[in-house]
Amino acid sequence: MTMQTAAPEDDRPLLVAEGLSKSYGRHVGCRDVTFELYAGEVLAVVGESGSGKSTLLQVLSGQLEPSAGRVVYTMRDGVARDLASLGEAERRFLFRTDWGYVHQDPTLGLRMAVSAGANVGERLMAVGWRHYGRIRSAAVDWLDRVEIDRDRVDDAPKTYSGGMRQRLQIARNLVTRPRLVFMDEPTGGLDVSVQARLLDLLRGLVFELGLAVIIVTHDLAVARLLSHRTIVMKGGAVIESGLTDQVLDDPREAYTQLLVSSVLPA
Amino acid sequence: MSAPTYNFAYLDEQTKRMIRRAILKAIAIPGYQVPFASREMPMPYGWGTGGVQVTAAILGSADVLKVIDQGSDDTTNAVSIRKFFAKTAGVATTTRTAEATIIQTRHRIPEAPLAAHQVLVYQVPIPEPLRFLEPRETETRKMHALADYGLMHVKLYEDIARHGHIATTYAYPVKVDGRYVMDPSPTPKFDNPKMNQCAALQLFGAGREKRIYAIPPHTSVVSLDFEDHPFERYRFDAPCALCGASDGYLDEVITDDRGGRMFVCSDTDHCESRRDGAKSGTSASETVR
Repeated sequence: MTMQTAAPEDDRPLLVAEGLSKSYGRHVGCRDVTFELYAGEVLAVVGESGSGKSTLLQVLSGQLEPSAGRVVYTMRDGVARDLASLGEAERRFLFRTDWGYVHQDPTLGLRMAVSAGANVGERLMAVGWRHYGRIRSAAVDWLDRVEIDRDRVDDAPKTYSGGMRQRLQIARNLVTRPRLVFMDEPTGGLDVSVQARLLDLLRGLVFELGLAVIIVTHDLAVARLLSHRTIVMKGGAVIESGLTDQVLDDPREAYTQLLVSSVLPA
Repeated sequence: MSAPTYNFAYLDEQTKRMIRRAILKAIAIPGYQVPFASREMPMPYGWGTGGVQVTAAILGSADVLKVIDQGSDDTTNAVSIRKFFAKTAGVATTTRTAEATIIQTRHRIPEAPLAAHQVLVYQVPIPEPLRFLEPRETETRKMHALADYGLMHVKLYEDIARHGHIATTYAYPVKVDGRYVMDPSPTPKFDNPKMNQCAALQLFGAGREKRIYAIPPHTSVVSLDFEDHPFERYRFDAPCALCGASDGYLDEVITDDRGGRMFVCSDTDHCESRRDGAKSGTSASETVR
Protein backbone atom coordinates (compact mmCIF):
# COMPACT_ATOMS: atom_id res chain seq x y z
CA MET A 1 0.00 0.00 0.00
CA THR A 2 1.18 3.58 -0.40
CA MET A 3 4.93 4.13 0.13
CA GLN A 4 5.39 4.97 -3.52
CA THR A 5 6.55 8.24 -2.03
CA ALA A 6 8.76 10.42 -4.17
CA ALA A 7 8.12 8.50 -7.35
CA PRO A 8 5.36 10.51 -8.90
CA GLU A 9 3.55 8.89 -11.77
CA ASP A 10 5.89 10.41 -14.28
CA ASP A 11 7.10 8.70 -17.39
CA ARG A 12 10.67 8.33 -16.30
CA PRO A 13 11.91 4.78 -15.89
CA LEU A 14 13.44 3.76 -12.55
CA LEU A 15 16.33 1.95 -14.16
CA VAL A 16 17.67 2.02 -17.69
CA ALA A 17 20.19 -0.42 -19.12
CA GLU A 18 21.88 0.83 -22.25
CA GLY A 19 23.86 -1.55 -24.41
CA LEU A 20 25.26 -3.49 -21.45
CA SER A 21 28.04 -5.93 -22.23
CA LYS A 22 30.33 -7.85 -19.99
CA SER A 23 33.09 -10.09 -21.17
CA TYR A 24 35.54 -12.14 -19.19
CA GLY A 25 38.53 -12.06 -21.47
CA ARG A 26 37.42 -13.80 -24.64
CA HIS A 27 34.42 -15.31 -22.97
CA VAL A 28 31.21 -13.30 -23.23
CA GLY A 29 29.04 -12.92 -20.12
CA CYS A 30 26.32 -10.77 -21.61
CA ARG A 31 26.10 -8.75 -24.79
CA ASP A 32 24.38 -5.51 -25.68
CA VAL A 33 21.46 -5.71 -23.26
CA THR A 34 19.07 -2.77 -23.36
CA PHE A 35 15.84 -2.34 -21.43
CA GLU A 36 13.92 0.00 -19.18
CA LEU A 37 12.33 -0.79 -15.85
CA TYR A 38 9.59 1.34 -14.33
CA ALA A 39 8.65 1.76 -10.68
CA GLY A 40 6.50 -1.09 -9.42
CA GLU A 41 7.32 -3.29 -12.38
CA VAL A 42 8.50 -6.89 -12.11
CA LEU A 43 10.89 -8.05 -14.79
CA ALA A 44 11.88 -11.70 -15.13
CA VAL A 45 15.13 -12.71 -16.81
CA VAL A 46 14.90 -16.32 -17.97
CA GLY A 47 17.23 -18.62 -19.82
CA GLU A 48 19.21 -21.77 -19.27
CA SER A 49 22.22 -21.79 -17.01
CA GLY A 50 25.23 -20.15 -18.59
CA SER A 51 23.07 -17.79 -20.62
CA GLY A 52 24.41 -14.73 -18.78
CA LYS A 53 21.48 -14.07 -16.43
CA SER A 54 23.51 -13.80 -13.25
CA THR A 55 26.23 -11.76 -14.95
CA LEU A 56 23.56 -9.36 -16.11
CA LEU A 57 22.14 -9.07 -12.61
CA GLN A 58 25.54 -8.34 -11.12
CA VAL A 59 26.26 -5.70 -13.73
CA LEU A 60 22.86 -4.09 -13.19
CA SER A 61 23.37 -3.97 -9.43
CA GLY A 62 26.80 -2.41 -9.74
CA GLN A 63 28.72 -5.39 -8.40
CA LEU A 64 30.46 -5.94 -11.72
CA GLU A 65 31.72 -3.21 -13.96
CA PRO A 66 30.28 -3.47 -17.49
CA SER A 67 32.74 -3.77 -20.37
CA ALA A 68 30.47 -1.51 -22.38
CA GLY A 69 27.22 0.33 -21.90
CA ARG A 70 25.81 1.88 -18.75
CA VAL A 71 23.12 1.63 -16.12
CA VAL A 72 21.17 4.73 -15.17
CA TYR A 73 19.13 4.75 -11.98
CA THR A 74 16.65 7.37 -10.83
CA MET A 75 17.52 8.12 -7.22
CA ARG A 76 14.98 8.93 -4.52
CA ASP A 77 15.52 12.62 -5.09
CA GLY A 78 14.44 12.16 -8.70
CA VAL A 79 17.89 12.66 -10.22
CA ALA A 80 18.92 10.04 -12.78
CA ARG A 81 22.50 8.93 -12.14
CA ASP A 82 24.88 6.71 -14.04
CA LEU A 83 25.89 3.94 -11.63
CA ALA A 84 29.50 4.20 -12.73
CA SER A 85 29.56 7.83 -11.55
CA LEU A 86 28.54 6.96 -7.98
CA GLY A 87 31.23 6.91 -5.35
CA GLU A 88 31.76 3.83 -3.22
CA ALA A 89 29.96 5.42 -0.26
CA GLU A 90 26.96 6.41 -2.38
CA ARG A 91 26.80 2.97 -3.92
CA ARG A 92 26.84 1.30 -0.53
CA PHE A 93 24.18 3.62 0.76
CA LEU A 94 22.00 2.94 -2.28
CA PHE A 95 22.52 -0.77 -1.79
CA ARG A 96 21.30 -0.77 1.75
CA THR A 97 18.47 1.72 1.49
CA ASP A 98 16.87 1.93 -1.92
CA TRP A 99 17.88 -1.50 -3.18
CA GLY A 100 17.65 -5.07 -2.05
CA TYR A 101 19.53 -8.12 -3.24
CA VAL A 102 18.19 -11.59 -2.57
CA HIS A 103 20.76 -14.30 -3.13
CA GLN A 104 19.90 -17.81 -4.18
CA ASP A 105 21.92 -19.11 -1.25
CA PRO A 106 20.66 -17.39 1.91
CA THR A 107 23.98 -17.98 3.67
CA LEU A 108 25.45 -15.36 1.32
CA GLY A 109 22.84 -12.79 2.17
CA LEU A 110 22.55 -13.37 5.91
CA ARG A 111 24.89 -13.24 8.85
CA MET A 112 24.47 -16.81 9.95
CA ALA A 113 25.94 -16.41 13.43
CA VAL A 114 23.91 -13.44 14.67
CA SER A 115 20.24 -13.49 15.60
CA ALA A 116 17.40 -12.95 13.16
CA GLY A 117 16.60 -9.67 14.86
CA ALA A 118 20.11 -8.35 14.29
CA ASN A 119 20.00 -9.59 10.69
CA VAL A 120 16.88 -7.58 10.00
CA GLY A 121 18.09 -4.64 12.08
CA GLU A 122 21.52 -4.37 10.43
CA ARG A 123 20.35 -2.10 7.63
CA LEU A 124 18.52 0.11 10.09
CA MET A 125 21.61 0.43 12.27
CA ALA A 126 23.70 1.13 9.19
CA VAL A 127 21.49 4.10 8.33
CA GLY A 128 21.74 5.46 11.84
CA TRP A 129 19.06 3.85 14.03
CA ARG A 130 20.37 3.84 17.58
CA HIS A 131 17.36 2.79 19.63
CA TYR A 132 17.39 -0.88 20.54
CA GLY A 133 13.67 -1.09 21.32
CA ARG A 134 12.63 0.43 18.02
CA ILE A 135 15.06 -1.68 15.99
CA ARG A 136 13.80 -4.79 17.68
CA SER A 137 10.13 -4.00 17.17
CA ALA A 138 10.79 -3.25 13.50
CA ALA A 139 12.51 -6.63 13.25
CA VAL A 140 9.63 -8.44 14.96
CA ASP A 141 7.18 -6.66 12.70
CA TRP A 142 9.04 -7.87 9.64
CA LEU A 143 9.28 -11.43 10.92
CA ASP A 144 5.49 -11.36 11.16
CA ARG A 145 5.20 -10.14 7.62
CA VAL A 146 7.35 -12.93 6.25
CA GLU A 147 5.52 -15.46 8.40
CA ILE A 148 8.32 -16.33 10.79
CA ASP A 149 7.26 -16.97 14.37
CA ARG A 150 8.20 -13.91 16.44
CA ASP A 151 9.57 -16.15 19.17
CA ARG A 152 12.43 -16.96 16.83
CA VAL A 153 13.67 -13.37 16.74
CA ASP A 154 16.67 -14.15 18.97
CA ASP A 155 17.63 -17.36 17.18
CA ALA A 156 20.44 -17.36 14.67
CA PRO A 157 19.53 -18.32 11.08
CA LYS A 158 21.82 -21.31 11.54
CA THR A 159 18.88 -22.90 13.35
CA TYR A 160 16.38 -22.03 10.60
CA SER A 161 15.11 -24.24 7.80
CA GLY A 162 15.94 -23.38 4.18
CA GLY A 163 12.57 -21.76 3.52
CA MET A 164 12.74 -19.68 6.71
CA ARG A 165 16.23 -18.50 5.85
CA GLN A 166 15.07 -17.32 2.48
CA ARG A 167 12.11 -15.50 4.03
CA LEU A 168 14.42 -13.92 6.60
CA GLN A 169 16.70 -12.76 3.80
CA ILE A 170 13.73 -11.11 2.15
CA ALA A 171 12.73 -9.37 5.39
CA ARG A 172 16.29 -8.15 5.87
CA ASN A 173 16.21 -6.60 2.43
CA LEU A 174 12.80 -5.01 2.66
CA VAL A 175 13.14 -3.39 6.08
CA THR A 176 14.41 -0.11 4.64
CA ARG A 177 11.56 -0.02 2.11
CA PRO A 178 13.68 -0.28 -1.04
CA ARG A 179 12.19 0.64 -4.40
CA LEU A 180 14.13 -1.94 -6.38
CA VAL A 181 14.98 -5.51 -5.44
CA PHE A 182 17.29 -7.82 -7.37
CA MET A 183 16.56 -11.51 -6.94
CA ASP A 184 18.85 -14.27 -8.10
CA GLU A 185 16.90 -17.53 -8.26
CA PRO A 186 15.20 -16.87 -4.90
CA THR A 187 13.36 -20.19 -5.02
CA GLY A 188 16.28 -22.31 -6.17
CA GLY A 189 17.26 -25.08 -3.81
CA LEU A 190 13.90 -25.19 -2.04
CA ASP A 191 11.45 -28.04 -2.29
CA VAL A 192 8.26 -27.52 -4.23
CA SER A 193 5.81 -26.82 -1.42
CA VAL A 194 8.21 -24.37 0.22
CA GLN A 195 8.72 -22.71 -3.15
CA ALA A 196 5.01 -22.23 -3.56
CA ARG A 197 4.69 -20.61 -0.16
CA LEU A 198 7.65 -18.33 -0.79
CA LEU A 199 6.31 -17.25 -4.16
CA ASP A 200 2.95 -16.53 -2.63
CA LEU A 201 4.59 -14.39 0.01
CA LEU A 202 6.80 -12.60 -2.49
CA ARG A 203 3.88 -11.82 -4.74
CA GLY A 204 1.96 -10.34 -1.82
CA LEU A 205 4.87 -8.18 -0.68
CA VAL A 206 5.77 -7.01 -4.17
CA PHE A 207 2.27 -5.76 -4.84
CA GLU A 208 1.72 -4.40 -1.36
CA LEU A 209 4.94 -2.38 -1.37
CA GLY A 210 4.87 -1.52 -5.06
CA LEU A 211 8.39 -2.88 -5.51
CA ALA A 212 10.22 -2.93 -8.76
CA VAL A 213 11.91 -6.31 -9.09
CA ILE A 214 14.43 -7.82 -11.46
CA ILE A 215 14.23 -11.55 -10.92
CA VAL A 216 16.58 -14.02 -12.50
CA THR A 217 15.21 -17.51 -12.82
CA HIS A 218 15.35 -20.62 -14.93
CA ASP A 219 11.92 -21.61 -13.64
CA LEU A 220 9.29 -20.35 -16.05
CA ALA A 221 6.56 -20.88 -13.45
CA VAL A 222 8.24 -18.26 -11.25
CA ALA A 223 8.34 -15.83 -14.14
CA ARG A 224 4.69 -16.51 -14.93
CA LEU A 225 3.56 -16.05 -11.35
CA LEU A 226 5.50 -12.91 -10.42
CA SER A 227 6.50 -10.89 -13.42
CA HIS A 228 4.86 -8.41 -15.72
CA ARG A 229 7.50 -8.57 -18.36
CA THR A 230 10.03 -11.23 -19.32
CA ILE A 231 13.26 -11.16 -21.22
CA VAL A 232 14.75 -14.36 -22.57
CA MET A 233 18.52 -14.74 -22.75
CA LYS A 234 20.67 -17.10 -24.72
CA GLY A 235 24.41 -17.04 -25.13
CA GLY A 236 24.64 -13.73 -23.32
CA ALA A 237 22.18 -11.89 -25.56
CA VAL A 238 18.51 -11.02 -25.17
CA ILE A 239 16.67 -12.94 -27.86
CA GLU A 240 13.11 -12.12 -26.96
CA SER A 241 11.29 -9.75 -24.64
CA GLY A 242 7.75 -8.67 -23.98
CA LEU A 243 4.81 -9.13 -21.66
CA THR A 244 5.22 -12.33 -19.68
CA ASP A 245 2.00 -13.91 -20.88
CA GLN A 246 2.83 -13.05 -24.43
CA VAL A 247 6.34 -14.44 -24.29
CA LEU A 248 5.34 -17.64 -22.54
CA ASP A 249 2.08 -18.33 -24.37
CA ASP A 250 3.11 -17.21 -27.81
CA PRO A 251 6.87 -17.43 -28.08
CA ARG A 252 8.34 -16.10 -31.25
CA GLU A 253 11.89 -17.41 -31.18
CA ALA A 254 12.60 -21.06 -31.76
CA TYR A 255 14.69 -21.20 -28.59
CA THR A 256 11.92 -19.72 -26.45
CA GLN A 257 9.47 -22.21 -27.93
CA LEU A 258 11.86 -24.95 -26.94
CA LEU A 259 12.24 -23.53 -23.46
CA VAL A 260 8.50 -23.24 -22.93
CA SER A 261 7.75 -26.68 -24.27
CA SER A 262 10.47 -28.26 -22.19
CA VAL A 263 8.59 -27.61 -18.95
CA LEU A 264 7.26 -30.83 -17.51
CA PRO A 265 3.47 -30.85 -17.32
CA ALA A 266 2.41 -30.39 -13.72
CA MET B 1 79.63 -8.10 9.91
CA SER B 2 80.55 -5.61 12.53
CA ALA B 3 77.23 -4.11 13.47
CA PRO B 4 77.21 -1.80 16.46
CA THR B 5 76.55 -3.81 19.54
CA TYR B 6 74.67 -1.20 21.48
CA ASN B 7 72.03 1.41 20.72
CA PHE B 8 69.97 3.40 23.16
CA ALA B 9 66.69 1.61 23.98
CA TYR B 10 67.42 -1.53 21.95
CA LEU B 11 66.08 -0.49 18.52
CA ASP B 12 68.38 1.08 15.92
CA GLU B 13 67.80 4.72 15.02
CA GLN B 14 66.35 4.05 11.57
CA THR B 15 63.70 1.79 13.06
CA LYS B 16 62.85 4.40 15.66
CA ARG B 17 62.46 7.04 12.95
CA MET B 18 60.12 4.73 11.07
CA ILE B 19 58.04 4.15 14.20
CA ARG B 20 58.01 7.87 15.04
CA ARG B 21 56.71 8.65 11.57
CA ALA B 22 53.89 6.17 12.12
CA ILE B 23 53.19 7.72 15.53
CA LEU B 24 53.03 11.22 14.06
CA LYS B 25 50.62 10.07 11.43
CA ALA B 26 48.52 8.30 14.06
CA ILE B 27 48.34 11.47 16.14
CA ALA B 28 47.33 13.46 13.08
CA ILE B 29 44.43 11.07 12.37
CA PRO B 30 43.03 10.16 15.80
CA GLY B 31 41.88 6.54 16.01
CA TYR B 32 43.19 5.57 12.57
CA GLN B 33 45.32 2.43 12.45
CA VAL B 34 48.66 3.25 10.84
CA PRO B 35 50.62 0.29 9.47
CA PHE B 36 54.27 0.11 10.47
CA ALA B 37 57.14 -2.28 9.93
CA SER B 38 56.99 -4.04 13.26
CA ARG B 39 60.29 -5.63 14.32
CA GLU B 40 61.11 -8.85 16.05
CA MET B 41 61.56 -8.13 19.73
CA PRO B 42 63.31 -10.31 22.31
CA MET B 43 59.95 -11.41 23.71
CA PRO B 44 57.02 -13.39 22.35
CA TYR B 45 54.06 -11.85 20.55
CA GLY B 46 51.29 -11.23 23.02
CA TRP B 47 53.69 -9.99 25.67
CA GLY B 48 53.69 -6.43 24.49
CA THR B 49 55.99 -6.29 21.47
CA GLY B 50 53.96 -3.41 20.01
CA GLY B 51 53.99 -1.40 23.22
CA VAL B 52 57.70 -1.98 23.72
CA GLN B 53 58.50 -0.71 20.22
CA VAL B 54 56.43 2.44 20.74
CA THR B 55 58.06 3.03 24.12
CA ALA B 56 61.54 2.48 22.65
CA ALA B 57 60.82 5.00 19.89
CA ILE B 58 59.66 7.78 22.22
CA LEU B 59 61.95 7.13 25.18
CA GLY B 60 64.54 9.77 26.02
CA SER B 61 67.33 9.55 28.60
CA ALA B 62 65.49 11.94 30.96
CA ASP B 63 62.26 9.94 30.93
CA VAL B 64 60.94 8.06 33.93
CA LEU B 65 59.27 4.80 32.97
CA LYS B 66 56.44 2.95 34.69
CA VAL B 67 55.11 -0.37 33.38
CA ILE B 68 51.88 -1.97 34.53
CA ASP B 69 50.18 -5.22 33.71
CA GLN B 70 46.54 -5.48 34.82
CA GLY B 71 47.16 -2.34 36.86
CA SER B 72 49.93 -3.99 38.79
CA ASP B 73 53.60 -2.98 38.84
CA ASP B 74 54.88 -6.28 40.16
CA THR B 75 53.71 -8.96 37.74
CA THR B 76 56.19 -10.79 35.53
CA ASN B 77 55.43 -8.90 32.35
CA ALA B 78 55.65 -5.49 34.02
CA VAL B 79 58.85 -6.32 35.88
CA SER B 80 60.64 -7.68 32.84
CA ILE B 81 59.71 -4.83 30.52
CA ARG B 82 60.80 -2.33 33.18
CA LYS B 83 64.09 -4.18 33.57
CA PHE B 84 64.48 -4.37 29.81
CA PHE B 85 64.47 -0.58 29.46
CA ALA B 86 66.50 -0.03 32.63
CA LYS B 87 69.15 -2.20 31.02
CA THR B 88 69.01 -1.13 27.37
CA ALA B 89 68.38 2.60 27.94
CA GLY B 90 69.52 3.19 31.49
CA VAL B 91 66.43 5.26 32.20
CA ALA B 92 64.94 5.76 35.64
CA THR B 93 61.97 3.57 36.45
CA THR B 94 59.23 4.04 38.98
CA THR B 95 56.03 2.51 40.20
CA ARG B 96 54.53 5.89 41.07
CA THR B 97 52.03 7.09 38.50
CA ALA B 98 52.62 10.75 39.30
CA GLU B 99 56.40 10.47 38.86
CA ALA B 100 56.33 8.68 35.52
CA THR B 101 56.62 10.43 32.17
CA ILE B 102 55.95 7.31 30.11
CA ILE B 103 53.58 4.62 31.32
CA GLN B 104 53.38 1.42 29.35
CA THR B 105 50.28 -0.60 30.12
CA ARG B 106 48.44 -3.74 29.31
CA HIS B 107 44.71 -3.47 30.15
CA ARG B 108 44.46 -0.77 32.77
CA ILE B 109 44.58 2.99 32.81
CA PRO B 110 45.93 4.24 36.17
CA GLU B 111 43.31 5.51 38.61
CA ALA B 112 45.23 8.73 39.25
CA PRO B 113 44.48 11.35 36.61
CA LEU B 114 47.20 11.72 33.99
CA ALA B 115 48.87 15.01 33.19
CA ALA B 116 49.94 16.74 30.00
CA HIS B 117 53.60 15.77 30.31
CA GLN B 118 52.78 12.06 30.47
CA VAL B 119 52.38 9.51 27.66
CA LEU B 120 50.37 6.34 28.05
CA VAL B 121 51.49 3.46 25.80
CA TYR B 122 49.09 0.54 25.35
CA GLN B 123 50.03 -2.99 24.34
CA VAL B 124 47.43 -4.07 21.83
CA PRO B 125 46.79 -7.67 20.76
CA ILE B 126 44.03 -7.04 18.19
CA PRO B 127 43.74 -3.49 16.86
CA GLU B 128 40.79 -4.10 14.54
CA PRO B 129 37.44 -3.54 16.31
CA LEU B 130 35.54 -5.12 13.43
CA ARG B 131 37.71 -8.24 13.25
CA PHE B 132 35.24 -10.75 14.65
CA LEU B 133 32.34 -9.26 12.74
CA GLU B 134 34.00 -8.98 9.36
CA PRO B 135 37.01 -11.24 8.87
CA ARG B 136 38.19 -9.67 5.59
CA GLU B 137 40.82 -7.03 6.27
CA THR B 138 40.26 -5.45 2.83
CA GLU B 139 36.62 -4.99 3.77
CA THR B 140 37.22 -3.59 7.27
CA ARG B 141 39.65 -1.03 5.85
CA LYS B 142 36.99 0.05 3.40
CA MET B 143 34.48 0.28 6.22
CA HIS B 144 36.82 2.54 8.20
CA ALA B 145 37.45 4.66 5.13
CA LEU B 146 33.72 5.14 4.57
CA ALA B 147 32.87 5.41 8.29
CA ASP B 148 30.53 2.49 7.63
CA TYR B 149 30.08 1.32 11.22
CA GLY B 150 26.56 -0.12 11.36
CA LEU B 151 28.06 -3.54 11.92
CA MET B 152 29.53 -2.51 15.26
CA HIS B 153 26.04 -1.90 16.54
CA VAL B 154 24.97 -5.31 15.30
CA LYS B 155 27.36 -6.74 17.87
CA LEU B 156 25.96 -4.57 20.65
CA TYR B 157 22.41 -5.44 19.55
CA GLU B 158 23.34 -9.10 19.74
CA ASP B 159 24.64 -8.60 23.28
CA ILE B 160 21.37 -7.09 24.43
CA ALA B 161 19.29 -9.73 22.63
CA ARG B 162 21.22 -12.48 24.40
CA HIS B 163 21.97 -11.03 27.80
CA GLY B 164 19.51 -8.20 28.30
CA HIS B 165 22.29 -5.64 28.48
CA ILE B 166 25.50 -4.80 26.62
CA ALA B 167 27.65 -7.61 27.93
CA THR B 168 30.92 -6.50 26.36
CA THR B 169 33.12 -5.75 29.36
CA TYR B 170 36.50 -5.20 27.77
CA ALA B 171 37.71 -4.08 24.35
CA TYR B 172 34.57 -2.00 24.33
CA PRO B 173 34.43 -0.08 21.02
CA VAL B 174 34.78 3.69 21.10
CA LYS B 175 34.45 6.42 18.52
CA VAL B 176 37.42 8.77 18.51
CA ASP B 177 36.97 12.44 17.64
CA GLY B 178 33.62 11.67 16.03
CA ARG B 179 35.22 9.73 13.21
CA TYR B 180 37.08 6.44 13.63
CA VAL B 181 35.77 3.51 15.62
CA MET B 182 38.63 2.14 17.67
CA ASP B 183 39.29 -0.88 19.80
CA PRO B 184 40.76 0.29 23.12
CA SER B 185 42.31 -3.18 23.28
CA PRO B 186 41.71 -5.32 26.33
CA THR B 187 41.18 -2.45 28.73
CA PRO B 188 38.08 -3.01 30.87
CA LYS B 189 35.21 -0.77 29.85
CA PHE B 190 35.47 0.70 33.33
CA ASP B 191 38.45 2.67 32.00
CA ASN B 192 36.81 3.90 28.79
CA PRO B 193 35.62 7.21 30.29
CA LYS B 194 39.20 8.00 31.32
CA MET B 195 40.25 8.08 27.67
CA ASN B 196 37.85 10.89 26.95
CA GLN B 197 39.48 14.36 27.01
CA CYS B 198 42.53 12.86 28.69
CA ALA B 199 45.35 15.38 29.18
CA ALA B 200 48.02 12.82 28.34
CA LEU B 201 48.90 11.51 24.89
CA GLN B 202 47.71 7.91 24.41
CA LEU B 203 49.58 5.65 21.97
CA PHE B 204 48.60 2.13 20.98
CA GLY B 205 51.05 -0.39 19.53
CA ALA B 206 50.15 -3.78 18.08
CA GLY B 207 53.35 -5.71 17.29
CA ARG B 208 52.02 -8.84 15.68
CA GLU B 209 49.40 -6.94 13.68
CA LYS B 210 51.86 -4.17 12.79
CA ARG B 211 49.57 -1.26 13.61
CA ILE B 212 49.97 1.93 15.61
CA TYR B 213 47.14 4.26 16.56
CA ALA B 214 46.74 7.19 18.90
CA ILE B 215 44.44 9.46 20.85
CA PRO B 216 45.92 12.98 21.06
CA PRO B 217 45.43 14.90 24.32
CA HIS B 218 41.99 16.40 24.92
CA THR B 219 40.25 14.34 22.24
CA SER B 220 36.68 13.13 22.55
CA VAL B 221 36.34 9.38 23.00
CA VAL B 222 32.77 8.11 23.07
CA SER B 223 31.79 4.56 23.94
CA LEU B 224 29.23 3.23 21.47
CA ASP B 225 25.78 2.40 22.81
CA PHE B 226 22.04 2.56 22.16
CA GLU B 227 19.76 5.40 23.22
CA ASP B 228 17.73 3.05 25.40
CA HIS B 229 20.76 1.05 26.56
CA PRO B 230 23.38 3.69 27.34
CA PHE B 231 26.99 2.89 28.09
CA GLU B 232 27.49 2.03 31.74
CA ARG B 233 30.66 1.76 33.70
CA TYR B 234 30.14 -1.16 36.01
CA ARG B 235 30.34 -0.67 39.74
CA PHE B 236 31.59 -2.97 42.43
CA ASP B 237 29.53 -4.00 45.43
CA ALA B 238 32.23 -3.45 48.01
CA PRO B 239 35.16 -1.07 48.47
CA CYS B 240 38.77 -2.22 48.19
CA ALA B 241 39.58 -4.50 51.12
CA LEU B 242 43.01 -2.92 51.60
CA CYS B 243 42.57 0.81 51.08
CA GLY B 244 38.82 1.22 51.20
CA ALA B 245 38.57 2.98 47.85
CA SER B 246 35.09 2.72 46.42
CA ASP B 247 35.77 4.34 43.07
CA GLY B 248 38.42 2.02 41.70
CA TYR B 249 38.58 -1.10 39.59
CA LEU B 250 38.88 -4.19 41.79
CA ASP B 251 40.54 -7.57 41.34
CA GLU B 252 39.24 -10.68 43.02
CA VAL B 253 41.94 -12.43 45.04
CA ILE B 254 41.43 -15.98 46.27
CA THR B 255 42.87 -16.23 49.79
CA ASP B 256 42.41 -19.90 50.67
CA ASP B 257 40.85 -23.11 49.38
CA ARG B 258 37.66 -22.76 51.40
CA GLY B 259 36.02 -20.00 49.40
CA GLY B 260 37.80 -17.12 51.10
CA ARG B 261 38.39 -14.19 48.82
CA MET B 262 38.82 -10.48 48.85
CA PHE B 263 38.45 -7.63 46.41
CA VAL B 264 41.38 -5.26 46.15
CA CYS B 265 42.38 -2.39 43.88
CA SER B 266 43.84 -3.58 40.61
CA ASP B 267 45.97 -0.41 40.47
CA THR B 268 48.61 -1.33 43.06
CA ASP B 269 50.22 2.11 43.12
CA HIS B 270 46.87 3.78 43.71
CA CYS B 271 46.12 1.37 46.54
CA GLU B 272 49.53 1.80 48.19
CA SER B 273 49.53 5.56 48.04
CA ARG B 274 46.07 5.67 49.57
CA ARG B 275 47.21 3.44 52.41
CA ASP B 276 50.37 5.50 52.93
CA GLY B 277 48.32 8.66 52.92
CA ALA B 278 45.85 7.47 55.54
CA LYS B 279 48.37 5.65 57.71
CA SER B 280 46.19 4.85 60.68
CA GLY B 281 42.92 5.26 58.88
CA THR B 282 39.80 3.19 59.31
CA SER B 283 40.89 0.82 56.58
CA ALA B 284 39.05 -2.43 56.42
CA SER B 285 42.25 -4.30 55.73
CA GLU B 286 42.28 -6.25 58.99
CA THR B 287 38.63 -7.14 58.97
CA VAL B 288 38.77 -9.28 55.88
CA ARG B 289 40.40 -12.61 56.17
